[in-house]
Amino acid sequence: MSQTAVAVTPEMIALHGITPDEYKLIVQKIGRDPNLTELGMFSVMWSEHCSYKNSKPILKLFPTTGQKVLVKAGEENAGIVDIGDGLAVCFKIESHNHPSAIEPFQGAATGVGGIMRDIFTMGARPIFSMNSLRFGRLELPLTRRLFSGVVAGISHYGNCMGIPTVGGEIYFDECYEGNPLVNAMCVGLVESKGIVKGKASGVGNPVYYVGPATGRDGLGGAAFASKDLSEESHEDRPAVQVGDPFMEKLLMEACLELSRTDALVGMQDMGAAGLTCSTCETAARASLGIEIDLAKVPRRETGMTPYEIMLSESQERMLVIVKKGKESVVETIFEKWDLHAVKIGEVKDGRLMRVYDDGKIVAEVPAKALVDEGPIYIREEQKPAYLAEAQKLDLSQIKAPVDFNLVLKKLLDHPTIASKAWVWQQYDHMVRTDTVFYPGHDAALVRIKGTQKALACSTDCNSLYCYLDPFEGGKIAVAEAARNVVASGARPLGMTNCLNFGNPMKPEVFWTFHQAVDGLSAACRALDIPVTGGNVSLYNESPAGAIYPTPTVGIVGLLENIDQRVPSSFQNDGDLIFLLGQTLNEIGGSHYLHVIHGLKKGLPPRLVLEREAALQHLLLSMVPQKVLASCHDLSEGGLAVTLAESCLHSAQKLGAVIDQIEMVMASALGPHADPHAALRLDALYFGESQSRAVVSVRPENKERLIHEAQRFDVPVFQIGKVGGPNLVVGDKIKLSVAEMDKIFEDAIPRRMAAGSASESVKKS
Amino acid sequence: MKAVVVVFPGSNCDTDCFNVLKDVMKVPVEFVWHKEGSLPDCDLVVLPGGFSYGDYLRTGAIARFSPVMQAVKQHADSGRLVFGICNGFQILLEAGLLPGAMLRNRSLQFICKPVTLRVETVKTAFTQKLTQGSVLEIPIAHGEGNYYCDDDTYQRLADTDSVVFRYASEMGVLGDEFNPNGSRGHIAGIVNERRNVLGMMPHPERASEPVLSMTDGLGIWQSLAGAL
Repeated sequence: MSQTAVAVTPEMIALHGITPDEYKLIVQKIGRDPNLTELGMFSVMWSEHCSYKNSKPILKLFPTTGQKVLVKAGEENAGIVDIGDGLAVCFKIESHNHPSAIEPFQGAATGVGGIMRDIFTMGARPIFSMNSLRFGRLELPLTRRLFSGVVAGISHYGNCMGIPTVGGEIYFDECYEGNPLVNAMCVGLVESKGIVKGKASGVGNPVYYVGPATGRDGLGGAAFASKDLSEESHEDRPAVQVGDPFMEKLLMEACLELSRTDALVGMQDMGAAGLTCSTCETAARASLGIEIDLAKVPRRETGMTPYEIMLSESQERMLVIVKKGKESVVETIFEKWDLHAVKIGEVKDGRLMRVYDDGKIVAEVPAKALVDEGPIYIREEQKPAYLAEAQKLDLSQIKAPVDFNLVLKKLLDHPTIASKAWVWQQYDHMVRTDTVFYPGHDAALVRIKGTQKALACSTDCNSLYCYLDPFEGGKIAVAEAARNVVASGARPLGMTNCLNFGNPMKPEVFWTFHQAVDGLSAACRALDIPVTGGNVSLYNESPAGAIYPTPTVGIVGLLENIDQRVPSSFQNDGDLIFLLGQTLNEIGGSHYLHVIHGLKKGLPPRLVLEREAALQHLLLSMVPQKVLASCHDLSEGGLAVTLAESCLHSAQKLGAVIDQIEMVMASALGPHADPHAALRLDALYFGESQSRAVVSVRPENKERLIHEAQRFDVPVFQIGKVGGPNLVVGDKIKLSVAEMDKIFEDAIPRRMAAGSASESVKKS
Repeated sequence: MKAVVVVFPGSNCDTDCFNVLKDVMKVPVEFVWHKEGSLPDCDLVVLPGGFSYGDYLRTGAIARFSPVMQAVKQHADSGRLVFGICNGFQILLEAGLLPGAMLRNRSLQFICKPVTLRVETVKTAFTQKLTQGSVLEIPIAHGEGNYYCDDDTYQRLADTDSVVFRYASEMGVLGDEFNPNGSRGHIAGIVNERRNVLGMMPHPERASEPVLSMTDGLGIWQSLAGAL
């Protein structure tokens, strides 16, 4: 049936999520009422996902420039940073939260596929993946289903692509019940002169569609409209696309092969909003027009309308702009990989995006109207009412625990802190034979063959901190990710972020969004880390309310010489252990307070940016001389958990004896500290004061470490020695490494197994 | 010695094998695309790991129909060496160059981790420089590595000294707790009766450089280099 039969009624406009004012703006842009296809195109391009209409004014706060930034945030599909010797690194993190909530396996899988396309679209070969995952409590069957489904989906897609998933973070908290977060990050390597842009330049250049055929998948969000469109679209389609990593592997190899030829002008993946987004964005970037003919688009279903073809989100497709006269180069490469490569149009003079179907114009819109001229909203902000109460914490009411061993055991057994081997052993984290630091380290470390260089990467965000203080939480997310990268010996290059928040129309949610971005920006400025891109995911709410503000940060760093890498775990019996940084009475927002006292309250630890920068500069200053045998930053669970992890991750399962901890206690009364507050024992053992690290050194490097620490004005305390079968901390903790290992490794498998046992009983 | 690494659509350990041969072993090596009907002159053909044809139907089930597989069979028939790793092993099973079949891992999950293998025979070109009964640490990365064969085949493997690697403890002890995938007889790798075609699930190319923390795979490459 012809689409003109479907009238663009006010109801239809509302169904597309377009407000009356936005509709007026559309009419003004195109000088008439849009037809249904055009309405659909505006609806997706002006959605928050594509246009950032609610978040743009806030995102402008990010520092995005840097000497080594080759492609800035927002310019292309992903940012790119120079790493010297003619090489550059391309990286980005993106959310796939809502699809994963509905269908965890495919939702997560296509999230991985989408972010990988963003990377190889730029001509970069993806070399590793990371992720940040958040679920509800693992005790709930729904959480276990989502958790195992998401992990299996990431495993399925990443493993088949042959791109190692080398690390990430996983949190379990009730705020994510019903609304899990799946943030996938991909990092690629490209020769600086081989960067491919998503630009449709050169009038007369042919526009190619490559990859598998288009179907109706991904139309779920717009399915209401599809129902009226054609007889064959009656069947309800899932909103979640189905991924095919094998297709994407072929597409990646073909696109990278093409990028090494002189036939390529520009390339853009068809992700959200598929053909619509890729055509109008490439044209808008070149300030030119583009024409395509839908009759030429390969399809795997019959009777598809222009509306459906333009909005389909079928996976693993690309738009390729080819140098005129070089068509055969493209066709030969894609034929080799058994993929479609069909000329569907041409770059045109002017600014119009024109869509034909069988010779008839079905849409005609200025490309920039879709891409750059959408509405921008300054949303109302209001400090949330919950904060006053949540931030209140009277330390005198918090009793120090009697049995510190038990506290440490409980923390090691908490799924957020416990070993994630159950997860990362399902990921191929070794393929490409470049993974030097496996998951479990502070940062993943991946070497670059043919050079001495390696890339370090960490994803981080403590969302409880952000809930209690979004500004401070935002700062800490950046500081911690950077600290993890620095702990491995690498210098941070750039930051990508995935801003997961609730409904931006709620002033209280928007306030937290703004505060968090301010915090992220402040830390990036202080640590001199440019923001190179990312994504925004709003409306993360379940009936129980919004998730905690979760500005996930991914930081990539460069280690110039792989031989200078610093592992996170203890290396040698007899090495001396030092604590760097100041410990304060900071148990607000800590895991200890939550797990042991059942409280999610108080102010999270304060991050003093100058002190954080000093610590990171100190750590980096010691890399070339290889002063440190190990370095592990302090985060969830504080000093005790950091020491335990330093033992547990060591290849020989080395223990440690911390017998000089009173030095830290005494220092709380020193020049850096508040003279009125003696350090609480629980804050010393489990508090989460920022800008700290536990390092170990060979005895002969002791003086050098102390000297350097003094030079950077970082407090340094010799606290003990590596060795023995136990972790002994003062007179409060004595646990065998073997016992801790069992607790740490069993925490997640035990919960998953208990769940599957009780669930199978219910079924039978 | 001259080697080739076959690239199927979906192979993803092709460059890893290539790099070990070229950069670590300094052996002349080239890639061969699966659509080729013939192989260049070479001593060793490596069928690398990965997900040939996306594991559609069954692992290795479609790759065995690739044009290059005829040439690989001829290469094997001529007595020269064929080495299938992970998906390469699965393809050799499907192609009938080795006996048996693969089932999904006992856990039904993909597993990537270092495992320990006991060297069961050194009477192959692939293991001649190893020590009988020694234990190697080499990683696995597969969802379907649960080797299965019928009783007659299993007996024949034993009678002909064709089991090359078994999953075992660090001390070389066999047991279910040391078998990551449930394979019959803890089998991790087998050789054909002519002893020139070897398939194994673990990835020696991932354990051949100190920077990767594991180097026990080197002995296999060195055995191959020494055999030719």
